[in-house]
This record gives sequence, C-alpha cells and structure tokens, in this order.
Amino acid sequence: MSAFSRREFLQATGALIVTFSSASILEPLAFGQGPFDTHASHVDPHQLDSWIAIAADGTVTAHTGKCELGQGMLTAQSQLVAEELSVPVARVRLIQCDTDLCPDQGTTSGSQSSPVNFNDRNLAQAAATAREALLGLAATKLGVAATDLTITDGTITATSDKTKRVTYGELVAGRKFSLPLSTTAKRKTAGEWKVLGKPVMRLDMAAMATGQFEYVHNVQVPGMLHGRVVRPPRLGATVVAVDESSVSHMPGVVRVVRRGNFVGVVAERQWQAAQAAQRLKVQWSGGGNLPAQGEFYGRLRTMKPSRDAFAVNSKDVDEKLRQAASVIKATYLYPYQAHASMGASCAVADVDDGKATLWSPTQSVYPTRSGVAMLLGLPPESVHVIFTRGSGCYGLNAADTVSYDAALLSHAVGRPVRVQLTREDEFRSESYGYAYVIDQRIGIDHDGTILAWDYEAWWPSLGFRPGYDKPGNVITGFLAGFEPERVAAQTAGEVVTFQNRINPAPSYVSGCVGGNCGGAGKVRSERVLAHTVPSSFLTGPLRAPNRVQNTFAHESFIDEAAAHVKADPVAYRLRHLKDERLIEVVTQAAKAAGWDARPSPKPTVGGGSASGRGIACVAYSGDNGYVATVAEVEVDRARGQVRVKRFVVAHDCGPISNPEGLKNQIEGGTLQGMSRALGEEVTWDDQNVTSVDWGTYHSLGFEFEVPAVESVLINRIGVPATGAGETAITVVAAAIGNAIFDATGTRIREVPFTPQRIKTALAAKTYL
Amino acid sequence: MSRITLTVNGHAHTVDVDPATPLLYVLSDDLQLRGPKFGCGLGQCGACTVIVQGRTIRSCVTPVGTMKGAEITTLEGLGSIDRPHPLQQAFIDEQAAQCGFCLSGVMLEAKALVDANPNPSDGDIQQALSGVLCRCFVHTRMLRAIKRYAREKKA
Repeated sequence: MSAFSRREFLQATGALIVTFSSASILEPLAFGQGPFDTHASHVDPHQLDSWIAIAADGTVTAHTGKCELGQGMLTAQSQLVAEELSVPVARVRLIQCDTDLCPDQGTTSGSQSSPVNFNDRNLAQAAATAREALLGLAATKLGVAATDLTITDGTITATSDKTKRVTYGELVAGRKFSLPLSTTAKRKTAGEWKVLGKPVMRLDMAAMATGQFEYVHNVQVPGMLHGRVVRPPRLGATVVAVDESSVSHMPGVVRVVRRGNFVGVVAERQWQAAQAAQRLKVQWSGGGNLPAQGEFYGRLRTMKPSRDAFAVNSKDVDEKLRQAASVIKATYLYPYQAHASMGASCAVADVDDGKATLWSPTQSVYPTRSGVAMLLGLPPESVHVIFTRGSGCYGLNAADTVSYDAALLSHAVGRPVRVQLTREDEFRSESYGYAYVIDQRIGIDHDGTILAWDYEAWWPSLGFRPGYDKPGNVITGFLAGFEPERVAAQTAGEVVTFQNRINPAPSYVSGCVGGNCGGAGKVRSERVLAHTVPSSFLTGPLRAPNRVQNTFAHESFIDEAAAHVKADPVAYRLRHLKDERLIEVVTQAAKAAGWDARPSPKPTVGGGSASGRGIACVAYSGDNGYVATVAEVEVDRARGQVRVKRFVVAHDCGPISNPEGLKNQIEGGTLQGMSRALGEEVTWDDQNVTSVDWGTYHSLGFEFEVPAVESVLINRIGVPATGAGETAITVVAAAIGNAIFDATGTRIREVPFTPQRIKTALAAKTYL
Repeated sequence: MSRITLTVNGHAHTVDVDPATPLLYVLSDDLQLRGPKFGCGLGQCGACTVIVQGRTIRSCVTPVGTMKGAEITTLEGLGSIDRPHPLQQAFIDEQAAQCGFCLSGVMLEAKALVDANPNPSDGDIQQALSGVLCRCFVHTRMLRAIKRYAREKKA
C-alpha cells in the first residue's frame, strides 16, 4: 500500500494525521555525524509524511524508521507513543522500517539504542502534537478550557465536570485532520510517565515463545525460488570460469548466476540450491596470501596507508613522562571478532519489470534500498524494502549482504528468490569487529597520582556499513564490482574539539581542547593517537564497536597503575575521575558487590584455584550511558580456566523507559561480553578464514556455569535518556581481566583469555 | 523424489521430496512452520530442534526420509499464543528471549529434560542445553524459566 493510499484509507473513516511534510524531519539523529554514526537522513517530504495517525476507532498507528532487532525497540517505542497520547500500549500499532510506509531514520544501531534518542524529537513529538490537537478539539466540543481537561485511556474528561467527556475516536470520527508536526507541543516529563518507565512485557514475546513469530526466514511469496551463493575459497580470489554444466543436469536447478566475482545458484527447492552450490565448479584465481596470524598484531604497526588522528593532545606528555617518578607501559591486543548471529542470514527479493521488493533483516532499510538500486541499476524509488526481523544481529552481520544476494539472484531469474546463507558463508565474509593493538603509558608522581596518559593504537579497517552509496562495503557488493571504503592516508592534525565517541580517550583524562575540558577525568597531560590501517578482511560495527577494545585497554591499564602504587582499584579510579555520573556508577557497583577495598593482587593463597574480583567502568561514547561492572572470578591455575561467579552492574542511562527491557539488555550484554572476552576470535591461515562454524568460533554455550548478573539501575530523571544496548558489554573484558589479576597476580593483555593464554601467562608471570 | 508422510504436531502431512532433504527444509518450506529455524545447518546450534518420540533431534541434519511415520513436535506444537504450554508461559513470564531465534533449541531441550527428569539440578540443565546456543545471551532468564517450569510442573 502506498503512503498516499494509506492516508486515503485512514481518512475514509476519519483520522487525525500528524505529518512532518511542512516541518521537515527534525534532527533525526541525536548526535552529530561521524564515521561511526548512522548516515544522514534522506527524507523526501513529498513521498512519506506521516508519523502518527489516529483512526476513528481510536487506534493509533505510528510509523517508525527504527526497527526491532531483538533489543526491545518495538515495545519501547510503542510505550513512547502510548505515553504521549495517554492510551494503553495495546492500542498502538507500530509499523517499522518499511520504505513505502515509514520515514527514513537511517540505521537502527546499538550505539544509540534508546527510544528517546531515536524518536524523542520526531515520533514522540508527533504524538505530543496529536495530543495537543485532540485537547483543543475536545475543549471546543465540551465547551471548557483545554487546561481543564485530562486524558485517560484515550478519553478526554473535564476536571470541573466529569460528565463532560469525549473519546479520541468520537473527536476524529467522520472528519479529516492533517497537522504538521509541532515543535512546541509539550512532551511529558519522566516524572509524569505512566506507561514509560514501567516494566512493560515484550509485545513479541508470546509469539516468539510459541513459534508463531514470522522471521525473514519464514517469508514465502508466490512463485518463490531458492538461492545459495558460492563465495571465493580464498580471500580476494577472482572468477576465471564458471562451469554451468557441472550443475545444470541437477534436478530443480534454474540458473547459475555470475556477476563479476559474485556467483550464485537458483533452484526450485532449498535443498536443490544447497546441493548445486556445493557442486558448482568454479575456477578461481589469485587471492589468499594472508599474513600469518602469529605476526598479525606486529604488522599492524607498520601498515600503510595510515589514517592518523589525535582525540586529544596536550603537547606536554613527553615532558611529563620525563618528570614522572615512575612510568609504566603495556600493550593490549584485541582480535577480530564475528557478529556470529544465531541464524545465518536470509532475505527474500522479488525483482521483476523494473521494480524490486525486498524482505530484509537490514538495520537500514533506506540505505539498503539505495544499495540495491545501485546493484540493479534501478532508481531507488523502484525499490521497496520491508524490514522483516532476522536473528539478533549485534551490528553489521550479513543482513545487508544477503539482501544484495537475493536481489542479484532474483534480478537474474525474474522471479522471487529466497537466499539462505550458510554458516560458513557468513563466518568467512561478514564484516568483522575491529582488531586492535593499543600501547599505553602512564607517568605517575611520587604520591601515586597519574601525571600523564599516553595512548597509541592501530586498528585495521576495510569497508563499513554500505550507507546510501557504498554497496562495495559488504562482500556481495564488493564481489559484484563495487569498491569498499579503504583507509586513506592522513596525518594527525590539530584537535579542534574533544569528542570521545569511540572511547579512545580513557575516562581518567580531562579531555581539554581550547580551554574546554570534555573528559570524564582529571589527568591534564594527555595524548591519544589512533592509526587506522588497511585490513585484509571486511570490517564493520560489532556491538560497542571500538569502545569494547579501547575500554579493555584503558580499564586494564588503570588497574595496572593502581596495582603499581598499591592502591585499591575502586579508590584509585575515583581519585582520577571528575564525571559525577561515572563516579556514581563506580560507587554503586562497588557498594552492591560488597567490594573488598584493598590493592590487587589479593594476598597469595595456595592451591589450584584462585579467586578474585575486578572492576571496570566507562562513560560510553563519552556521554551516552554510564556503567561500572564488578566481576568475581575463580581461576583454575592448572587448566587455565576462568569461571566468572558473579557480575554486579551499576547502570545509568538517564530516565529508564522500560526497566525490564533494560535489565535484559544488561544481562545479555554482560554475558555476551564474557563470551567475547573468554572465547571469541576470528582465525585464519594463509588462504582464508578458518573459524567457520561453532566448533572453530568459540561462543560460550550453556555448558559453562552461568554467573549471576545483578543489575543496579540508576533511574536519573530530568536528564536526556542515553543508549543502553552497548554500555554493559563495553566493560566486561577489563572487569574479568582485572579479576584474574586480582586472583593470580598475572595480567592477561590479550583477548580472548583462552585457557592456553592463561596458562602461558601464569607460567611466565606476565605482570611486571 | 518420493512421497513421505510425516506426523507433525499431531497432523499427518504427505510431501513429495528427495528423501535426503533435511527435515528442517520440509518443516519450514513445505509445512510453513516457524518454530524450527535454520541456524547453522550443521547440527551445532540447536535452532532447528524438534522433538521426535520424546527426544530432541536437529532437523537441519536429519534426512526427511528417516522420519517416515515419526511423530514430530515443533515449538508451535506445544501451545499457542492464546493457550501457551506451561514451559512457554514460563519463558513469557521470565521474558526469557531477546531475538528469539534460539528458542526451539533452548525450550525443546528443556522440555525433553524435564519430561524425563522432573527435578533437574542446575548441572542437569547445563548438560541438557550444552548442545544449543543463544547468541543474545539470555542465559540467566532462560535458566530461571526452565526451573520455574520444572517447579510448577511438579506442584
């Protein structure tokens, strides 16, 4: 249904519609644009213009460009609309991420995973606009002042005379209102919330638990065929020849498709497509020659070209380090990691007669529309992308690339095609989370105070989110002939403003640039220099991108400094922090955990098992959520195994929209962080990636002892809400590493903390 | 191709397919069931789990030809949104999912366990679920839901 016909439909029975056509979209993103942000919005005000429609039966239909990915956005956004309109959540119907029906709100990405960040200035503002308009209509109809009216469950009542009442449906019935979004409509404050702030149960939970929920994997359209892809056996290999006769005799095979180095097969049935993809003979040339994994981190330091940038540079760091009573240094290593979604990605495309429809699990329907249009040579208006949920993605998994796969295959056969990637397809060529090498140096004065902090990092990058115009950023677009974004040389220049979006600066520096100090800490001598260098593998945002890696290094290193001066790790952090919200979460986590205040490591206790506790904290992206986590571990010295017994997480994301959803995110983020800290690493040989299934890519399963995750929720009303999807995961590796140090006196500086690495470190007494 | 009759969630279905076809493809593509899902296709993650004769199997690596006459139960065979099975109700009450893609593995392993062992220890549950994954890491809630189900079933 087109936007216009939908409006006609609603107006046929009467409706009140709030549009942004005359107001245009309002600050679609809560933050400025940067390399890790969602792309700028490309709203065409003539094409789509409604945020909210209230129908004559009182139901509220809201349109959003932010999608449910498993993180609870459907429920939280429904709460947001229900709150502003004073209706029960059940009366709200949320239409998510459909390019024919919803506004362009870029990408639904975790780093801004707060409904208020997402829709504070548009969806909720539209609901507030509607509420004010309805109050005005009711005042006229009831003959009372608007200030005399209250709303409960979509019924407006005069306070002075309770017999005077009218429902939204009665106000709307038979009439048509089309209102521009009012930027001055008054939003409810967190103190007034009745629907937000409550532990509303996930609206999709029952459907999921009973196997009724329709994922993209379940989409079937008439005449649909099944496709599989054939990826290069070596990274970078190109197609010399495809021998169609190797599969053309197989039952059900419809077509072998080649486009540049993209190869796929289409068959009548999924099993036929899977077999044909396995048997198709493709002659490949070149590729491989991957750097030995053992030498990988060392090579990053010398890779060219290098894009260099300071986050902050007080220009006195070398001098202060010379003056310091002592200087400590350490290098931290973080591997490439995979999104490793539970389900290998899937999409359905129907391309025919110059038009394309996609059922896609993408986080970015409009950018995917543009990417598909570029691949197929169609105008974007001819492409309709319907978000259909896939498996949880945690960032740029293969959702976009499989959408391109389906589009290319459907385009070739002129019939609808469903593409299911294999586990290996996805593990081999998804856009991995970044590897990092981080050198840290701290100068400490005679009383143990940090004088200067020096950070230098190297991280490899190739591609990113495809955005609106770079389909080559993911594997299918690249194979089909589009270029990925590559690192361009850049010399580190003057810092103009301090921003800590990917947390390269530790929380303990002052972040002073031009007299403004935006850091969370007190250390005035500060230098933070990062080198982005070329990657052999495609890379992209994976939950808390860069923040996880940087925070592992910062929060491990502050612990090393505390140990160096024999200070308690909590007290030492607090001594160098100035941000009150960060101080609060550290204090609360320590209190709730019953923190044993003393320096680390713990006085040595004999025996095969050692126990310890560690803490780590972060102001996520500088100011987008605050978290501190205490981990309590046991280390089996002989086997090198770490068992986390307990996590205590203190969390401040401003006013809490849904405490139940927040706890679920904190628990999941923390345990996923534990899996990434203890097991997950992309591996390769000289030809290709070798972590290709769940036997070779080590996600923690249910066999490990699941620790308690105790959440301390700090509900800070009166400040803007911040993200909550990526905060908890950011500190986990450091908290565990610090606890291992506390238990054993041994510092593990390389993620993941595998039993082998722990045994080696214990034997070598890595620390000092 | 051959005609194969399967009993799924109490209903008989006859399909005409290559008997080597993984059961999962028949359940999802032919019978349009949404419970069992393609996770890895390798029998490693559990997303495709179904119950056959009281035991869990991975339908992605089970040829449909071996399922002639078998009684197969999928996640949707336990209960419905209006009348959820007590295990499903426990997962709803504990809000024990995020993306929900792993639920066939987690819930059906749990059901098979509790049916066979009404009083499972934490270790028993860990052992029973050792072959399934949840990548959103909703483990704490899932374990709570399973224990709640076992407790309420006994009561």
